[in-house]
Amino acid sequence: MGPVTGGMSILPTDDNTPSPAATAGEEAWVSRGPWRRVLEGLLASPTAVLSGLLLLVIVLATLLAPVYAARVAGSDPFRSGLSAKIEIDGERVPVMQQSTEGLGLGVTPIGPTWGPQYFLGADTQGRDVAARMLYGGRNSLLIAGASTLLCLALAAVVGIVAGYVGGRVDSVLSNLIDMIWAFPVYLLAISLSIVMIGKSYSFGPFEIASDSLIVPILIIGIVYVPYVARPVRGRVLALNQSEFIMAARGLGIRRARILLRHILPNVATTLIVFAPMLMALNIVTESSLSFLSVGVQPPNASWGTILQDGQALLYSRPVVSMAPGLAIMVTVLLLNLFGDVLRDVLDPKSARGR
Amino acid sequence: MTAIQPMDGRAAATREAPILSIRGLGVSFLGARGRWNRVVEGLSFDIAAGETVALVGESGSGKSVTAMSVMRLLDPATSRIEGQVTLDGHAVLDLDEAGMIRHIRGQAAAMIFQEPMTSLHPIYRVGDQIIEALTSHRPMPKAQARAEAVALLERVRIPNAAARIDDYPHAFSGGMRQRVMIAMALASRPQLLIADEPTTALDVTVQGEILDLLKDLQAEYGMAMLFITHDMGVVAEMADRTVVMYRGRAIEQGATAEIFARPREAYTRALLASVPVLGSMRGEPSPLRFPIVDLQTGIAGPALPLSGTPGRDTPLLDVRGLVTRFDVRGGLFNRRVARVHAVEDVSFSIFPGETLSLVGESGCGKSTTGKSIIRLNDRSQGSVRLGQEDLFSLPPEALRRRRRDIQMIPQDPLASMNPRMTVGAALVEPFREHGLGTTAKGGAKAAQLMEQVGLSPAMLDRYPHEFSGGQRQRICIARALMLDPRLIIADESVSALDVSVKAQVVNLLLDIQDRTGISYLFISHDIAVVERISHRIAVMYLGEIVEIGPRNEILERPQHPYTQRLIGAVTVPDPARRHLRRNQQIHELRTPVRPLDYLPPARRYAEVSPGHLVSVDGTAS
Repeated sequence: MGPVTGGMSILPTDDNTPSPAATAGEEAWVSRGPWRRVLEGLLASPTAVLSGLLLLVIVLATLLAPVYAARVAGSDPFRSGLSAKIEIDGERVPVMQQSTEGLGLGVTPIGPTWGPQYFLGADTQGRDVAARMLYGGRNSLLIAGASTLLCLALAAVVGIVAGYVGGRVDSVLSNLIDMIWAFPVYLLAISLSIVMIGKSYSFGPFEIASDSLIVPILIIGIVYVPYVARPVRGRVLALNQSEFIMAARGLGIRRARILLRHILPNVATTLIVFAPMLMALNIVTESSLSFLSVGVQPPNASWGTILQDGQALLYSRPVVSMAPGLAIMVTVLLLNLFGDVLRDVLDPKSARGR
Repeated sequence: MTAIQPMDGRAAATREAPILSIRGLGVSFLGARGRWNRVVEGLSFDIAAGETVALVGESGSGKSVTAMSVMRLLDPATSRIEGQVTLDGHAVLDLDEAGMIRHIRGQAAAMIFQEPMTSLHPIYRVGDQIIEALTSHRPMPKAQARAEAVALLERVRIPNAAARIDDYPHAFSGGMRQRVMIAMALASRPQLLIADEPTTALDVTVQGEILDLLKDLQAEYGMAMLFITHDMGVVAEMADRTVVMYRGRAIEQGATAEIFARPREAYTRALLASVPVLGSMRGEPSPLRFPIVDLQTGIAGPALPLSGTPGRDTPLLDVRGLVTRFDVRGGLFNRRVARVHAVEDVSFSIFPGETLSLVGESGCGKSTTGKSIIRLNDRSQGSVRLGQEDLFSLPPEALRRRRRDIQMIPQDPLASMNPRMTVGAALVEPFREHGLGTTAKGGAKAAQLMEQVGLSPAMLDRYPHEFSGGQRQRICIARALMLDPRLIIADESVSALDVSVKAQVVNLLLDIQDRTGISYLFISHDIAVVERISHRIAVMYLGEIVEIGPRNEILERPQHPYTQRLIGAVTVPDPARRHLRRNQQIHELRTPVRPLDYLPPARRYAEVSPGHLVSVDGTAS
């Protein structure tokens, strides 16, 4: 550079001092990328850390379901245990006990023993509710998680294509989104379930059994696509008009690269914000469908089917329905708490101040 | 208090009873990790009745925070105020929220803000908003309130006030909205008017009108005024006394004329030296760098001119009959209902090594012209030749490759960088995309350019948010230079920067031109900066060029009435203009929105001197 450069700093407001946001810490200069700032923001929030840890505990517990069933409960939660007997205080007690109320007819499953076997009691089939809760939780979380990922992927593709390609493609996709949106979610889900569940499908070498979890995953994954695709499309439209996309076009960057390197990472935040909320929504949807017998099929369990099992025992053994209800409530609450913090951390307005 | 500086005679006469008295004001904000950051420290000054005190300083110097502290508008959860603030006999810092509303806000003091477009409530009529301001402190019958509201609108010189009182804010232009804001502030006849950058967001001609209005109203009402601004020209024109703020402290205060004539602090001297002054380039043949102030002595060095002269043989860029129109859609089936004639029959050329500036007010089409040239919008007709090639007839892939030769430097550097890419990745990306070499070569070039723009190559690993505004603009300049362009379109590239940083970036642009012989299309509304940097100037109004010619010709002998008005409205940092009145007519907003069947009239240009063309049919109807 010429001799002039020497006098570049005219004023003491030395332009080379980093912005206040950058000088917040006195530690040596470590560049903090946007994703790293998100992580730091989450770790700085007790709510996020606590809800995240508790969610992790729930997931681990459900993953350990076979261990619990085999080692602690010592029963098969998928086989009926109508004639089983367990030992309580040195006494052998039948799981299905003679009714003592009313006319004394029929049998009532055993209530919570608060011991290793039948911790939460038994259901009408004499199966261990605690073990079924863990297995059911595994299915519930698996279906909700997989359908969340499916929904986000579908919504990302639809939203990005509609927003980025624009024109006729956009109007076709947008109208499709509106059409799906016009159906009430449960009506759509139940209709799809009635058509799809209970049949087996084969796509070439792939076989989907009639009781496969893939069917509820597909159904739940599809019904919420419009709710995510719409905002994604809006975000892409806004990004298209944003200065840095203009700048990239002005620099002569290829369209495909602009999509991959500039649009996609910035849409990702929108998708991530949706993930926990969608997951919570999907847990509720899965439970509702299973409760209505159009989700997970017996003898397989989910929190929704256990709720349904408990319906008949609502007066005599309320724990059977309370346990899955409580599990759903706590999980959804934790997901929403975590999602709230995540949204605040990802919000560009609050992130800029950080 | 020792910090008080001697005052001029007029203020001293009324010294016994200042309207506002601030003693040892300190403000802290709660920052990250629970730390309290001092943003204002030990600030003391007085404002007497009828006096105007300017708080001047660069962004982050604590000017607005001071005003917000006086009105107690800061969030008490995240801020702490210390010291003493006495306003109209009330100890402001001891009042509770109810006391503030009863005695201070909208009573003893009123405030107007920078952004008139957002400070009015969009869904209420302006009349109702003024009536609310009137009756909230002084209950009165509805008819009387309405009559007073009309009187207030007339006071702020809104034409046809009796009819306009029932309009909604969207029907008013920015300058008119600022007048409405002033009318609302005057509703309670405050003794102190706090104006926080009231003209910064306005066009220069509108700024002149508002400054005139504030001076008139101050004389009529005898108000004290606390005027917050970063613009030394506005200070010179408005303030009796000036407080210069730097990093939260008042480093110098005194009579405005005194500060401008004999600044004592090196910072003040440096600040004044880096303010572009319209008319300072009289007789200079070439663009001139800003002088560099030695911070120890506070003495300004020489201002070095650009060494080369632009070629005059074959133009680098030749724009002929450029037209850009946007559709305004509406109605039942989203039909076209009107058209915005954003750019209308614009022709000019730029020679190698030359800087052509495009000046005009917001909405005149100057930015659209820049975008249309590199085909960032698809609604343009005409021809744009770069060398021998017509950019408007190129297929997409060829256009993409040709974009290498014309680069842009944006107005908002933060918005124009992908927040999720490091600066290094952002610099190397265009280099790779144009197949100019390997990533390693690109990285080496990026490091070299970072040094050329005055930054460290080690900063390449950082993200855009980790830099200051001036640094980001340097990065954008480096990014543009990665492709060795022949022309750079600088779209309001220095407008958002603080005055000192602005001077540095202008010097940098001139350095680059000196070294590489690059051409600039410099788009700006800031005529004082334009005077520094350009060889030729084109003045745009409502999408058309009304006057184009050599810099000295345009600025010293403006022919077109619009050019004359534009130049006359520029503020000059000269306290002798303190009592200047422009006595301009109030101009209502004119738009380039036309009905669908509108046929733009053909324009004729008269050549008043070699290369100096002026539109002779008057402005667009």
